[in-house]
Amino acid sequence: MKGFYVAPYLSILIFIVIGIGLVLFTFFLARLIRPSHPYPAKTINYECAELPIGDSWIQFNPRFYIFALIFVIFDVEAVFLFPWAVAFGQLGLYALIEMVIFILILFYGLYYAWKQGVLKWV
Amino acid sequence: MDAPVSLVFWILSFIIIVSAFMVVSLKNIFHCALFLILCLFSVAGIYLLLNAEFLAAAQVLIYVGAVSILMIFAIMLTSQLASKRISQTNENKLVAFFVCLMFGLSTLVLIANTHVWRYSAQALPEANVLTIGKYLMTDFMLPFEVVSVLLLAAMIGAIVLARKETS
Amino acid sequence: MFYYLALAALLFSIGLYGVLTRRNIIGILMSLELMFNAANINFVTFNKFVITDGMTGQVFALFVIAVAAAEAVVGLAIVLLVYRNWQGIKTDYINVMKW
Repeated sequence: MKGFYVAPYLSILIFIVIGIGLVLFTFFLARLIRPSHPYPAKTINYECAELPIGDSWIQFNPRFYIFALIFVIFDVEAVFLFPWAVAFGQLGLYALIEMVIFILILFYGLYYAWKQGVLKWV
Repeated sequence: MDAPVSLVFWILSFIIIVSAFMVVSLKNIFHCALFLILCLFSVAGIYLLLNAEFLAAAQVLIYVGAVSILMIFAIMLTSQLASKRISQTNENKLVAFFVCLMFGLSTLVLIANTHVWRYSAQALPEANVLTIGKYLMTDFMLPFEVVSVLLLAAMIGAIVLARKETS
Repeated sequence: MFYYLALAALLFSIGLYGVLTRRNIIGILMSLELMFNAANINFVTFNKFVITDGMTGQVFALFVIAVAAAEAVVGLAIVLLVYRNWQGIKTDYINVMKW
Protein backbone atom coordinates (compact mmCIF):
# COMPACT_ATOMS: atom_id res chain seq x y z
CA MET A 1 0.00 0.00 0.00
CA LYS A 2 1.55 3.25 -1.07
CA GLY A 3 1.50 6.31 1.10
CA PHE A 4 0.50 8.67 -1.68
CA TYR A 5 -2.78 6.84 -2.11
CA VAL A 6 -4.06 8.24 1.16
CA ALA A 7 -2.94 11.78 0.43
CA PRO A 8 -6.15 12.97 -1.35
CA TYR A 9 -8.18 11.93 1.65
CA LEU A 10 -6.03 13.92 4.01
CA SER A 11 -8.19 16.97 3.30
CA ILE A 12 -11.30 15.00 4.28
CA LEU A 13 -9.59 14.01 7.50
CA ILE A 14 -8.69 17.63 8.20
CA PHE A 15 -12.31 18.63 7.53
CA ILE A 16 -13.60 16.04 9.97
CA VAL A 17 -11.11 17.01 12.66
CA ILE A 18 -11.82 20.74 12.28
CA GLY A 19 -15.58 20.08 12.25
CA ILE A 20 -15.54 18.07 15.46
CA GLY A 21 -13.02 20.41 17.05
CA LEU A 22 -15.07 23.49 16.26
CA VAL A 23 -18.19 22.04 17.88
CA LEU A 24 -16.29 20.94 20.97
CA PHE A 25 -14.51 24.28 21.19
CA THR A 26 -17.79 26.21 20.96
CA PHE A 27 -19.37 24.10 23.68
CA PHE A 28 -16.31 24.56 25.85
CA LEU A 29 -16.31 28.31 25.29
CA ALA A 30 -20.01 28.54 26.07
CA ARG A 31 -19.53 26.57 29.26
CA LEU A 32 -16.67 28.85 30.21
CA ILE A 33 -18.50 32.18 29.90
CA ARG A 34 -22.14 31.37 30.67
CA PRO A 35 -23.61 31.83 34.16
CA SER A 36 -24.86 28.70 35.86
CA HIS A 37 -28.25 29.08 37.60
CA PRO A 38 -30.24 25.93 36.94
CA TYR A 39 -33.90 25.92 37.94
CA PRO A 40 -36.64 23.53 36.80
CA ALA A 41 -38.42 25.91 34.43
CA LYS A 42 -35.31 25.97 32.30
CA THR A 43 -35.56 22.31 31.43
CA ILE A 44 -39.01 22.36 29.80
CA ASN A 45 -39.26 22.61 26.05
CA TYR A 46 -39.12 26.03 24.51
CA GLU A 47 -42.58 26.98 23.31
CA CYS A 48 -42.69 30.77 22.85
CA ALA A 49 -43.57 31.60 26.47
CA GLU A 50 -46.41 29.10 26.51
CA LEU A 51 -46.38 26.03 28.69
CA PRO A 52 -45.85 23.09 26.33
CA ILE A 53 -48.61 20.53 25.95
CA GLY A 54 -47.46 16.95 25.86
CA ASP A 55 -44.03 15.64 25.14
CA SER A 56 -41.56 16.91 22.58
CA TRP A 57 -41.19 13.33 21.41
CA ILE A 58 -44.22 13.25 19.16
CA GLN A 59 -44.98 10.56 16.70
CA PHE A 60 -44.95 12.01 13.30
CA ASN A 61 -47.11 11.23 10.39
CA PRO A 62 -46.74 7.76 8.84
CA ARG A 63 -47.19 9.41 5.46
CA PHE A 64 -43.58 10.57 5.55
CA TYR A 65 -42.63 6.99 6.02
CA ILE A 66 -43.80 5.71 2.66
CA PHE A 67 -41.92 8.50 0.94
CA ALA A 68 -38.80 7.49 2.86
CA LEU A 69 -39.22 3.88 1.74
CA ILE A 70 -39.54 4.88 -1.91
CA PHE A 71 -36.61 7.27 -1.52
CA VAL A 72 -34.31 4.47 -0.38
CA ILE A 73 -35.17 2.41 -3.46
CA PHE A 74 -34.40 5.25 -5.82
CA ASP A 75 -31.25 6.09 -3.88
CA VAL A 76 -29.96 2.62 -4.68
CA GLU A 77 -30.89 3.17 -8.30
CA ALA A 78 -28.91 6.40 -8.34
CA VAL A 79 -25.86 4.61 -6.97
CA PHE A 80 -26.06 2.13 -9.81
CA LEU A 81 -26.35 4.99 -12.28
CA PHE A 82 -22.95 6.46 -11.36
CA PRO A 83 -20.65 3.70 -12.66
CA TRP A 84 -22.86 3.34 -15.72
CA ALA A 85 -22.44 7.01 -16.51
CA VAL A 86 -18.66 6.82 -16.12
CA ALA A 87 -18.29 3.68 -18.22
CA PHE A 88 -20.84 4.72 -20.83
CA GLY A 89 -18.31 6.40 -23.11
CA GLN A 90 -16.50 3.13 -23.67
CA LEU A 91 -19.50 0.87 -24.02
CA GLY A 92 -22.01 2.55 -26.30
CA LEU A 93 -25.49 1.51 -27.30
CA TYR A 94 -25.48 -1.82 -25.53
CA ALA A 95 -25.07 -0.20 -22.12
CA LEU A 96 -27.79 2.30 -22.98
CA ILE A 97 -30.28 -0.48 -23.67
CA GLU A 98 -29.35 -2.22 -20.42
CA MET A 99 -29.85 0.92 -18.41
CA VAL A 100 -33.15 1.67 -20.14
CA ILE A 101 -34.39 -1.78 -19.12
CA PHE A 102 -33.16 -1.17 -15.57
CA ILE A 103 -34.89 2.17 -15.30
CA LEU A 104 -38.10 0.93 -16.94
CA ILE A 105 -38.40 -1.88 -14.41
CA LEU A 106 -38.02 0.58 -11.55
CA PHE A 107 -40.29 3.05 -13.27
CA TYR A 108 -43.05 0.49 -13.09
CA GLY A 109 -42.66 0.64 -9.30
CA LEU A 110 -43.15 4.40 -9.39
CA TYR A 111 -46.18 3.95 -11.65
CA TYR A 112 -47.59 1.40 -9.23
CA ALA A 113 -47.09 3.74 -6.29
CA TRP A 114 -48.79 6.51 -8.26
CA LYS A 115 -51.72 4.29 -9.21
CA GLN A 116 -52.18 3.11 -5.64
CA GLY A 117 -52.39 6.71 -4.54
CA VAL A 118 -49.64 6.59 -1.94
CA LEU A 119 -47.96 9.63 -3.45
CA LYS A 120 -51.00 11.77 -2.84
CA TRP A 121 -50.87 14.04 0.17
CA VAL A 122 -54.37 13.67 1.52
CA MET B 1 0.93 -1.62 5.89
CA ASP B 2 2.94 1.54 6.21
CA ALA B 3 2.65 3.74 9.26
CA PRO B 4 -0.05 6.36 8.46
CA VAL B 5 -2.37 3.81 6.87
CA SER B 6 -2.05 1.49 9.78
CA LEU B 7 -2.64 4.31 12.25
CA VAL B 8 -5.82 5.30 10.39
CA PHE B 9 -6.82 1.64 10.31
CA TRP B 10 -6.46 1.24 14.07
CA ILE B 11 -8.44 4.40 14.78
CA LEU B 12 -11.21 3.36 12.40
CA SER B 13 -11.39 -0.18 13.77
CA PHE B 14 -11.55 1.16 17.29
CA ILE B 15 -14.48 3.43 16.36
CA ILE B 16 -16.21 0.58 14.50
CA ILE B 17 -15.93 -1.94 17.31
CA VAL B 18 -16.90 0.50 20.07
CA SER B 19 -19.86 1.95 18.19
CA ALA B 20 -21.03 -1.51 17.08
CA PHE B 21 -20.94 -2.57 20.70
CA MET B 22 -22.98 0.51 21.60
CA VAL B 23 -25.50 -0.39 18.88
CA VAL B 24 -26.19 -3.76 20.42
CA SER B 25 -26.01 -2.80 24.08
CA LEU B 26 -27.51 0.65 24.65
CA LYS B 27 -30.93 0.92 26.22
CA ASN B 28 -32.15 3.89 24.22
CA ILE B 29 -32.85 2.71 20.69
CA PHE B 30 -32.47 6.21 19.27
CA HIS B 31 -28.88 6.43 20.53
CA CYS B 32 -28.32 3.02 18.97
CA ALA B 33 -29.31 4.42 15.60
CA LEU B 34 -26.89 7.33 15.99
CA PHE B 35 -24.06 4.96 16.85
CA LEU B 36 -25.05 2.83 13.86
CA ILE B 37 -24.48 5.87 11.65
CA LEU B 38 -21.03 6.41 13.17
CA CYS B 39 -20.17 2.74 12.69
CA LEU B 40 -21.27 2.66 9.05
CA PHE B 41 -19.37 5.86 8.34
CA SER B 42 -16.19 4.32 9.73
CA VAL B 43 -16.76 1.22 7.60
CA ALA B 44 -16.76 3.58 4.61
CA GLY B 45 -13.34 4.74 5.81
CA ILE B 46 -12.15 1.14 5.88
CA TYR B 47 -13.33 0.77 2.26
CA LEU B 48 -11.19 3.76 1.37
CA LEU B 49 -8.17 2.07 2.91
CA LEU B 50 -8.90 -0.98 0.78
CA ASN B 51 -8.91 0.95 -2.51
CA ALA B 52 -12.67 0.77 -2.85
CA GLU B 53 -13.51 4.43 -3.35
CA PHE B 54 -16.78 3.91 -5.14
CA LEU B 55 -17.94 1.44 -2.53
CA ALA B 56 -17.16 3.97 0.18
CA ALA B 57 -19.26 6.56 -1.64
CA ALA B 58 -22.07 4.05 -2.09
CA GLN B 59 -21.85 3.18 1.59
CA VAL B 60 -22.23 6.81 2.60
CA LEU B 61 -25.04 7.38 0.08
CA ILE B 62 -27.11 4.29 0.79
CA TYR B 63 -26.36 3.33 4.38
CA VAL B 64 -25.58 6.61 6.07
CA GLY B 65 -27.85 8.72 3.89
CA ALA B 66 -30.84 6.49 3.40
CA VAL B 67 -31.05 3.32 5.45
CA SER B 68 -30.07 4.93 8.75
CA ILE B 69 -32.48 7.77 8.17
CA LEU B 70 -35.18 5.19 7.49
CA MET B 71 -34.30 3.50 10.79
CA ILE B 72 -34.60 6.82 12.63
CA PHE B 73 -37.94 7.46 10.93
CA ALA B 74 -39.13 4.05 12.05
CA ILE B 75 -37.96 4.69 15.62
CA MET B 76 -39.68 8.07 15.78
CA LEU B 77 -42.80 6.53 14.32
CA THR B 78 -43.06 3.53 16.56
CA SER B 79 -41.28 3.84 19.87
CA GLN B 80 -43.64 5.06 22.54
CA LEU B 81 -41.10 7.18 24.35
CA ALA B 82 -37.39 7.16 23.93
CA SER B 83 -36.83 7.92 27.57
CA LYS B 84 -38.89 5.01 28.82
CA ARG B 85 -36.68 2.42 30.42
CA ILE B 86 -38.01 -0.77 28.95
CA SER B 87 -35.80 -3.78 28.78
CA GLN B 88 -34.34 -3.96 25.32
CA THR B 89 -32.92 -7.43 25.59
CA ASN B 90 -34.58 -10.78 25.96
CA GLU B 91 -33.92 -13.54 28.41
CA ASN B 92 -31.21 -15.44 26.53
CA LYS B 93 -28.74 -12.59 26.90
CA LEU B 94 -26.07 -14.55 28.76
CA VAL B 95 -26.22 -17.59 26.49
CA ALA B 96 -26.09 -15.38 23.43
CA PHE B 97 -23.09 -13.54 24.81
CA PHE B 98 -21.14 -16.76 25.26
CA VAL B 99 -22.20 -18.09 21.87
CA CYS B 100 -21.00 -14.92 20.19
CA LEU B 101 -17.80 -14.86 22.23
CA MET B 102 -17.05 -18.43 21.20
CA PHE B 103 -17.96 -17.69 17.59
CA GLY B 104 -15.77 -14.60 17.47
CA LEU B 105 -12.80 -16.26 19.18
CA SER B 106 -12.93 -19.38 17.05
CA THR B 107 -13.17 -17.29 13.90
CA LEU B 108 -10.16 -15.24 14.99
CA VAL B 109 -8.13 -18.38 15.70
CA LEU B 110 -9.18 -19.81 12.38
CA ILE B 111 -8.15 -16.67 10.50
CA ALA B 112 -4.83 -16.47 12.36
CA ASN B 113 -3.98 -20.08 11.56
CA THR B 114 -4.92 -20.02 7.90
CA HIS B 115 -2.03 -19.35 5.55
CA VAL B 116 -3.27 -20.79 2.30
CA TRP B 117 -4.14 -17.44 0.70
CA ARG B 118 -2.16 -16.90 -2.44
CA TYR B 119 -1.32 -13.26 -1.99
CA SER B 120 -1.29 -11.39 -5.22
CA ALA B 121 1.35 -8.74 -5.76
CA GLN B 122 -0.70 -7.17 -8.50
CA ALA B 123 -2.33 -3.84 -7.76
CA LEU B 124 -6.01 -3.21 -8.30
CA PRO B 125 -7.06 -1.34 -11.46
CA GLU B 126 -6.66 2.38 -11.00
CA ALA B 127 -9.95 3.69 -12.38
CA ASN B 128 -12.25 2.40 -9.71
CA VAL B 129 -15.66 3.64 -10.85
CA LEU B 130 -14.90 2.94 -14.52
CA THR B 131 -13.96 -0.66 -13.82
CA ILE B 132 -17.05 -1.25 -11.73
CA GLY B 133 -19.20 0.27 -14.46
CA LYS B 134 -17.67 -2.00 -17.09
CA TYR B 135 -18.22 -5.03 -14.90
CA LEU B 136 -21.82 -4.09 -14.29
CA MET B 137 -22.47 -3.68 -18.00
CA THR B 138 -20.69 -6.82 -19.24
CA ASP B 139 -19.97 -9.66 -16.83
CA PHE B 140 -22.61 -8.80 -14.28
CA MET B 141 -25.35 -7.81 -16.70
CA LEU B 142 -27.87 -10.36 -15.49
CA PRO B 143 -27.37 -9.68 -11.75
CA PHE B 144 -27.66 -5.99 -12.54
CA GLU B 145 -31.09 -6.43 -14.09
CA VAL B 146 -32.12 -8.85 -11.36
CA VAL B 147 -31.25 -6.19 -8.79
CA SER B 148 -33.72 -3.86 -10.46
CA VAL B 149 -36.40 -6.56 -10.28
CA LEU B 150 -35.52 -7.09 -6.61
CA LEU B 151 -35.81 -3.39 -5.89
CA LEU B 152 -39.15 -3.32 -7.70
CA ALA B 153 -40.37 -6.24 -5.60
CA ALA B 154 -39.17 -4.54 -2.42
CA MET B 155 -40.88 -1.30 -3.34
CA ILE B 156 -44.21 -2.91 -4.23
CA GLY B 157 -44.01 -5.07 -1.12
CA ALA B 158 -43.32 -2.06 1.05
CA ILE B 159 -46.20 -0.12 -0.51
CA VAL B 160 -48.60 -3.02 -0.04
CA LEU B 161 -47.52 -3.46 3.57
CA ALA B 162 -47.31 0.15 4.62
CA ARG B 163 -50.40 1.49 2.86
CA LYS B 164 -53.44 2.17 4.96
CA GLU B 165 -56.29 -0.14 4.12
CA THR B 166 -58.88 1.84 2.24
CA SER B 167 -62.04 -0.17 2.44
CA MET C 1 -4.86 -8.72 5.78
CA PHE C 2 -5.31 -10.57 9.06
CA TYR C 3 -6.37 -7.35 10.75
CA TYR C 4 -9.11 -6.62 8.24
CA LEU C 5 -10.50 -10.14 8.50
CA ALA C 6 -10.30 -9.98 12.28
CA LEU C 7 -12.18 -6.67 12.27
CA ALA C 8 -14.89 -8.21 10.10
CA ALA C 9 -15.12 -11.26 12.38
CA LEU C 10 -15.51 -9.08 15.47
CA LEU C 11 -18.11 -6.92 13.78
CA PHE C 12 -20.02 -10.03 12.72
CA SER C 13 -19.95 -11.44 16.25
CA ILE C 14 -21.25 -8.20 17.71
CA GLY C 15 -24.03 -8.10 15.12
CA LEU C 16 -24.91 -11.71 15.90
CA TYR C 17 -25.14 -10.87 19.58
CA GLY C 18 -27.48 -8.00 18.75
CA VAL C 19 -29.71 -10.17 16.58
CA LEU C 20 -29.95 -12.82 19.28
CA THR C 21 -30.65 -10.53 22.21
CA ARG C 22 -32.61 -7.53 20.96
CA ARG C 23 -36.25 -7.36 21.82
CA ASN C 24 -37.03 -4.49 19.49
CA ILE C 25 -37.47 -5.32 15.80
CA ILE C 26 -35.65 -2.17 14.74
CA GLY C 27 -32.75 -3.16 16.97
CA ILE C 28 -32.60 -6.53 15.25
CA LEU C 29 -32.56 -4.85 11.85
CA MET C 30 -29.73 -2.54 12.92
CA SER C 31 -27.66 -5.49 14.13
CA LEU C 32 -28.38 -7.19 10.82
CA GLU C 33 -26.90 -4.20 9.01
CA LEU C 34 -23.73 -4.63 11.09
CA MET C 35 -23.48 -8.24 9.93
CA PHE C 36 -23.95 -7.21 6.28
CA ASN C 37 -21.13 -4.73 6.70
CA ALA C 38 -18.84 -7.37 8.16
CA ALA C 39 -19.45 -9.56 5.11
CA ASN C 40 -18.76 -6.60 2.83
CA ILE C 41 -15.44 -5.86 4.53
CA ASN C 42 -14.46 -9.47 3.85
CA PHE C 43 -15.37 -9.20 0.17
CA VAL C 44 -13.36 -6.04 -0.32
CA THR C 45 -10.41 -7.38 1.67
CA PHE C 46 -10.13 -10.50 -0.45
CA ASN C 47 -10.53 -8.37 -3.54
CA LYS C 48 -7.55 -6.27 -2.53
CA PHE C 49 -5.16 -8.90 -1.26
CA VAL C 50 -5.95 -12.22 -2.95
CA ILE C 51 -7.88 -11.84 -6.19
CA THR C 52 -6.67 -8.59 -7.63
CA ASP C 53 -7.12 -9.16 -11.36
CA GLY C 54 -10.44 -7.37 -11.44
CA MET C 55 -13.01 -5.92 -9.10
CA THR C 56 -15.38 -8.79 -8.71
CA GLY C 57 -15.36 -8.51 -4.94
CA GLN C 58 -16.25 -4.84 -4.99
CA VAL C 59 -19.05 -5.36 -7.49
CA PHE C 60 -20.39 -8.15 -5.34
CA ALA C 61 -20.21 -5.93 -2.26
CA LEU C 62 -22.19 -3.33 -4.21
CA PHE C 63 -24.89 -5.92 -4.86
CA VAL C 64 -24.85 -6.82 -1.16
CA ILE C 65 -25.45 -3.16 -0.30
CA ALA C 66 -28.38 -3.01 -2.73
CA VAL C 67 -29.90 -6.20 -1.32
CA ALA C 68 -29.42 -4.91 2.23
CA ALA C 69 -31.24 -1.71 1.31
CA ALA C 70 -34.13 -3.70 -0.15
CA GLU C 71 -34.19 -5.84 2.98
CA ALA C 72 -34.28 -2.77 5.19
CA VAL C 73 -37.16 -1.28 3.17
CA VAL C 74 -39.31 -4.41 3.44
CA GLY C 75 -38.30 -5.01 7.06
CA LEU C 76 -39.24 -1.52 8.15
CA ALA C 77 -42.53 -1.73 6.26
CA ILE C 78 -43.25 -4.87 8.27
CA VAL C 79 -42.30 -2.93 11.41
CA LEU C 80 -44.91 -0.33 10.51
CA LEU C 81 -47.52 -3.05 9.96
CA VAL C 82 -46.71 -4.76 13.26
CA TYR C 83 -46.88 -1.44 15.05
CA ARG C 84 -50.31 -0.77 13.57
CA ASN C 85 -51.68 -4.12 14.65
CA TRP C 86 -50.11 -4.41 18.09
CA GLN C 87 -49.23 -0.82 19.06
CA GLY C 88 -45.68 -1.91 19.86
CA ILE C 89 -42.76 -3.55 18.18
CA LYS C 90 -41.45 -6.12 20.58
CA THR C 91 -40.71 -9.45 19.00
CA ASP C 92 -42.84 -11.17 21.64
CA TYR C 93 -45.91 -9.79 19.92
CA ILE C 94 -45.27 -11.63 16.70
CA ASN C 95 -45.56 -15.13 18.02
CA VAL C 96 -49.07 -15.55 16.65
CA MET C 97 -47.73 -17.33 13.59
CA LYS C 98 -46.03 -19.91 15.78
CA TRP C 99 -48.67 -22.64 15.54
